Amino acid sequence: MSKYKMHILVCAGTGCNSSESSLVYEMLRDEVERKGLNRDVQIIRTGCFGFCEKGPIVKVLPDNTFYTQVKPADANEIIDEHIIKGRKVYRLLYSDPKSGEHLPDSKHMGFYQKQIRVALRNCGTIDPENIDEAIARDAYQALGKVITEMGPEEAINVIKSSGLRGRGGAGFPTGLKWEIASKNESDQKYVVCNADEGDPGAFMDRSILEGDPHSIIEAMAICGYCIGSDKGLVYIRAEYPLAVKRLKIAIAQAHEYGLLGKNIFGTDFSFDISLKYGAGAFVCGEETALIHSMEGKRGEPTNKPPFPAQSGYLGKPTNVNNVETFANIPVIILKGAEWFSSIGTKKSKGTKVFALAGKINNVGLIEVPMGITLREIIYEIGGGIKNGKKFKAVQTGGPSGGCLTEKHLDIPIDYESLTASGSMMGSGGMIVLDEDDCMVSVAKFYLEFIVDESCGKCAPCRIGNKRMHEILKRITEGKGTQEDLDKLKNLSYVIKDTSLCGLGQTSPNPVLSTMEHFMDEYNEHVFDKKCRSGKCSNLLYYVISEEECIGCMACLRACPTHAISGEKKQVHVINQEICIKCGACMEKCKFDAISMQNDYPRVSVTV
Amino acid sequence: MSQNIKVNPEVYSFMEKKTGTDNVEVKVNLSKEKVDKINEICNSFENEPRELINILHETQHEFGYLPAEVQDVIAHNLHVSVAQVYGVVTFYSYFSMIPKGEHPISICTGTACYVRGAEKVLEEFKKELNIKVGEITPDGKFSINCLRCVGACGLSPVVLVGERVFGRVSPDGVKSIIDEYRK
Amino acid sequence: MIELTIDKKKVQVEKGTTILKAAHKAGVEIPTLCHFELHDMGIENKPGGCRICVVEVEGRRNLAPSCVTEAQEGMVVNTHNIRVLNARTTVLKLIISDHPFDCLVCAKSGQCELQSLASQFNIRSLPYDGEQSRYRKDTSPSIIRDIDKCIMCRRCEMMCNDVQTVGALSAVNRGFMSAVAPAFEMNLEDSPCTYCGQCLSVCPTGALTEVDHTNDIIRALSDSSKTVIVQTAPAVRAALGEEFGLPPGTLVTGKMVAALKELGFAYVFDTDFSADLTIMEEGTELLQRLKAHLAGDTDVRLPILTSCCPGWVNFFEHNFPDLLDVPSTAKSPQQMFGAIAKSYFAEKIGVDRKDLIVVSIMPCIAKKYECQRDEFKVDGNQDVDYSISTRELAAFIKEANIDFLNLPDADFDDPLGESTGAGVIFGNTGGVIEAACRTAYELYTDKKLEKVVFDDLRGKEGIRSAKVDFDGLELNIGIAHGLGNARKLLDEVRAGTSKYHAIEIMACPGGCIGGGGQPYHHGNSEILEKRAAAIYTEDERKTIRKSHENPSIIKLYKEFLGEPGSHKAHSLLHTEYFPKSNEVTLHLNGEV
Repeated sequence: MSKYKMHILVCAGTGCNSSESSLVYEMLRDEVERKGLNRDVQIIRTGCFGFCEKGPIVKVLPDNTFYTQVKPADANEIIDEHIIKGRKVYRLLYSDPKSGEHLPDSKHMGFYQKQIRVALRNCGTIDPENIDEAIARDAYQALGKVITEMGPEEAINVIKSSGLRGRGGAGFPTGLKWEIASKNESDQKYVVCNADEGDPGAFMDRSILEGDPHSIIEAMAICGYCIGSDKGLVYIRAEYPLAVKRLKIAIAQAHEYGLLGKNIFGTDFSFDISLKYGAGAFVCGEETALIHSMEGKRGEPTNKPPFPAQSGYLGKPTNVNNVETFANIPVIILKGAEWFSSIGTKKSKGTKVFALAGKINNVGLIEVPMGITLREIIYEIGGGIKNGKKFKAVQTGGPSGGCLTEKHLDIPIDYESLTASGSMMGSGGMIVLDEDDCMVSVAKFYLEFIVDESCGKCAPCRIGNKRMHEILKRITEGKGTQEDLDKLKNLSYVIKDTSLCGLGQTSPNPVLSTMEHFMDEYNEHVFDKKCRSGKCSNLLYYVISEEECIGCMACLRACPTHAISGEKKQVHVINQEICIKCGACMEKCKFDAISMQNDYPRVSVTV
Repeated sequence: MSQNIKVNPEVYSFMEKKTGTDNVEVKVNLSKEKVDKINEICNSFENEPRELINILHETQHEFGYLPAEVQDVIAHNLHVSVAQVYGVVTFYSYFSMIPKGEHPISICTGTACYVRGAEKVLEEFKKELNIKVGEITPDGKFSINCLRCVGACGLSPVVLVGERVFGRVSPDGVKSIIDEYRK
Repeated sequence: MIELTIDKKKVQVEKGTTILKAAHKAGVEIPTLCHFELHDMGIENKPGGCRICVVEVEGRRNLAPSCVTEAQEGMVVNTHNIRVLNARTTVLKLIISDHPFDCLVCAKSGQCELQSLASQFNIRSLPYDGEQSRYRKDTSPSIIRDIDKCIMCRRCEMMCNDVQTVGALSAVNRGFMSAVAPAFEMNLEDSPCTYCGQCLSVCPTGALTEVDHTNDIIRALSDSSKTVIVQTAPAVRAALGEEFGLPPGTLVTGKMVAALKELGFAYVFDTDFSADLTIMEEGTELLQRLKAHLAGDTDVRLPILTSCCPGWVNFFEHNFPDLLDVPSTAKSPQQMFGAIAKSYFAEKIGVDRKDLIVVSIMPCIAKKYECQRDEFKVDGNQDVDYSISTRELAAFIKEANIDFLNLPDADFDDPLGESTGAGVIFGNTGGVIEAACRTAYELYTDKKLEKVVFDDLRGKEGIRSAKVDFDGLELNIGIAHGLGNARKLLDEVRAGTSKYHAIEIMACPGGCIGGGGQPYHHGNSEILEKRAAAIYTEDERKTIRKSHENPSIIKLYKEFLGEPGSHKAHSLLHTEYFPKSNEVTLHLNGEV
């Protein structure tokens, strides 16, 4: 990198790409060329910076200037002002939502201050399509070290003592997994990278593959060496075309450099990687379903045991890890187990990448040490709730997870504490909800997702979740009963207790968790026929405002069901029992006295 | 005499309804070129049954969708039953047996987009085009699909038209997106 | 051996045994639904899908499906505490919530495993009502698919693919909409289905049932212008009694004949008779081909394959269209009977063939399709008008309020009711080829066969091979039952590596006694064994046990057919086969 005086990094992750960052890149490149700056300024397309909320992101090195929401038309100004004249373009700088101040560089941004980037170490710093840049940042050193210095056993021990646990959801110790796979004798074993990120709202795996594909290739090769496999497979979502493209380029480059293929580093270790595409089935995130899918079959899970480590792809011992897990491996090898285990909590070591989304100011991808509190994530990194609304809950773990509320804001986040709070780590989706969100509707949303994604093999998941969704739908439509609430509870327990795979065993969590923390909202829907957030349209009411109504009787005459009563020149009242919500009254009212409200004045009868 | 698989008319009349047009070609008689192309794809995967999903991906990429005859050719090449191929095609939401519109509209209904109002955006598209999810407009111009998270959560709610991404779409903005492609 | 505790009972089992089987050993029966096993035939279906068999294992987070969870040393299992019972009942209520409530008029009523579980679990309310999945009903010549009643146990899929390798069915769609169906959810009739009926013989509910022709027969019986005669296949008499509570393996030949007479059939004949006739024709063909082969004729096709089984015929027409000249051209006994009945017999009693209605009682549902084939019609008039299964006959007898158990035995009518032991054993795997050997031996060697039983040809292994000594000439005989096994032998024939002179194939595991039209065995393979034994008993009881010694057969040739293989015999008793391949090349015809 040294031969250039300045570097301009343009985020080319999917998020920024979607807002024309590739055009920004081209304009900057043309501009640099036109101004004859080619020798001094290098423009690099990088992976995700994580700060997706304000994309496209353009970062200028060495001064760490962080431009946000850059439009192609801004290229001219950046080059003229910043690069040539040395004056930062103020209007493009990130402005702190609290102080309103423009921050000159990323180091002062709250978004980055609490982050420790281990798995994301190279995302947003290197050109993912250029292996030299990866190598300049130590890529493949760990592989070399493991093959030429350490040997499988020692390397597995390092991973084991680092305390790294699977980042895909369940949190199984990675080193132990490798050890089991290494001990199973077979003529052929497989290393599988699970890149079928299906949790809607989580996109860390995609970002890593797009921003630093070599870290995954290297880690898979290390795993192959450790467990005795020469064949790696990446099961990747077909919906991630950019990640696929970059991974393919990276694999080809690694081959070219002799870092994949036969006799790596001159040893007798050979390793190769091929791609298998997912095709839009969330259940394929489950190991056994994933393996069936890779075999060209319907992605239906099977009973465990046998575990993939015993009998996996084509019946051979198979080690499956997810992308983020793999991304941690090379660093652990290079920096040591002690370094890694110094980060995090007692049982959960290292960092975790979270995809922060929903009603939060800084939507994006963050990597934080285990043990950080939710408050730090939401208010310091996330910049607080959007539009100054009130925080209500965070949904973690996606369709398998649950809600964390106000009272969980200060607990240190790790596998154990999340599970104890009725949620789970999952793959790391964090959806922030505010006062405008209806928790029953949120539960319904997840159940709808599960109903769509259930494979249909086992009865409790196939039919039970359908019934749960129907009940939730009834409740949000104001047709729920006490019996429905009881059924929801029983179904939740039975589905968890009897379903075949992890999908069904966790699918009721969003319901159980919202019932635990927001039972009052369920009760309001069921007994008061009221949705406090106003999200449930069937629970909105036409209400006549006492202040605005002049008693003209126009609405009263328009009402087809005679639900409106009131004398002339007196405030009219809508009888909600009779109202069919046709809206005729509101149309007729010339005084804007009728509006839709999430509740109506109720007459309390005292005896 | 053609000995095409007799496809149950009821299933296909259902599909016709779904596509909202009477002109959908149900029996795609494959030209020799097309069969050759499928054979070539299957051959490139050594006609391995375990490569079925990769083969379906490439074939769908080639034809835009996977009509019955195409699945039949693949089954034949891979020496698996066509029922098995169909079982796989219908399992994965990425595979489609119905052609997409000229401008396929995909609305992200992932969680991030959902909490930022994707549902209302979807309703608006359905209303504006007068078709349901999975359907195609009678003129074949538009089709609506839902997908789960394209990973552009910072731009939620997100709508894709073809490959192009529209971010922060509000129900009010739906008409202008459609109008852009209507000409 | 490992030891575990199930419901406080200690039990020792081999490592690898499932909790379900360990419990059985301990005397604890755990209810199951999707699980299915035909023990001796290596057929097992355990997707672990229905979750009815869940049990509590101490120390485990969730409940364990006992059919797929291996017993471990020291395991403590509880099969019926409140947690387990609530889970089981809730899951069953869920399954029922997506199932039609038309039990009263369902063909499977009384035999439905879902219905009996509902009864066993004392289900008295259905709280989880909601949307029910809806599919189109599909009626083929033999099978009705009513997939609304499918509970996704996957037994039919396993039978169709793993056992029979037919590949007509697959699980399709996903989640709540998933079902088992042919490709593109097309009609079975257009799929490679062979109508072997093994899918419906294992279906726990009414999702797959046979097409019922009983009402057509009632209509014919009540038409005074028609003469209605009936033939009964050998395997029926060995199983019909089960439907009336008799122990499996009870022979009810006499009662069956009596019941049919009570029902109003003008003549009750025996398919065993035409089985003997089949041996005459097929045996002759075998000897002709064999002699030509021995004489050095290289054009002659060996091995010769039996062709009695219509499921098997459909299978090779679909899957081996290049080998259509290998099977014997002899029609099946059902169709030989029809052809003779509507010519020889019709003439004899002076009835026009159009006024003679031939009914067959078969252990098979492919026979329904077979009798409708165009080759078996004369001017649109079928040789066999209606074929009903053993189950349908039982239902018919019950419907007619006939006290079956107290019927006095009756005898078959002449002349098409006389048969030999050779005709009877057609019902078992190995039986056709054994019958053929009894006759071919004597015709080939001109010597009397000392021992009529060929033990080597009997058995239950899926593929068997035996050498039969024809007085110095050693014949290699192959036997396969189950179409998956047949495929293996056919692949050898196609590859030119088959060592056999003759191969007998039956589509159903066990042969016709395990046919798709037999009383449901619910996975109890002992029932199949007892039926097989009954068939051999019937053979032993016969005084004549070789087809060519059947006096009525001898008379038939003398009076009507001439010699076996004669021109007349050929035109009446032999057939041809047609390719049913879905070869892609065929699609190119008429391309755009």
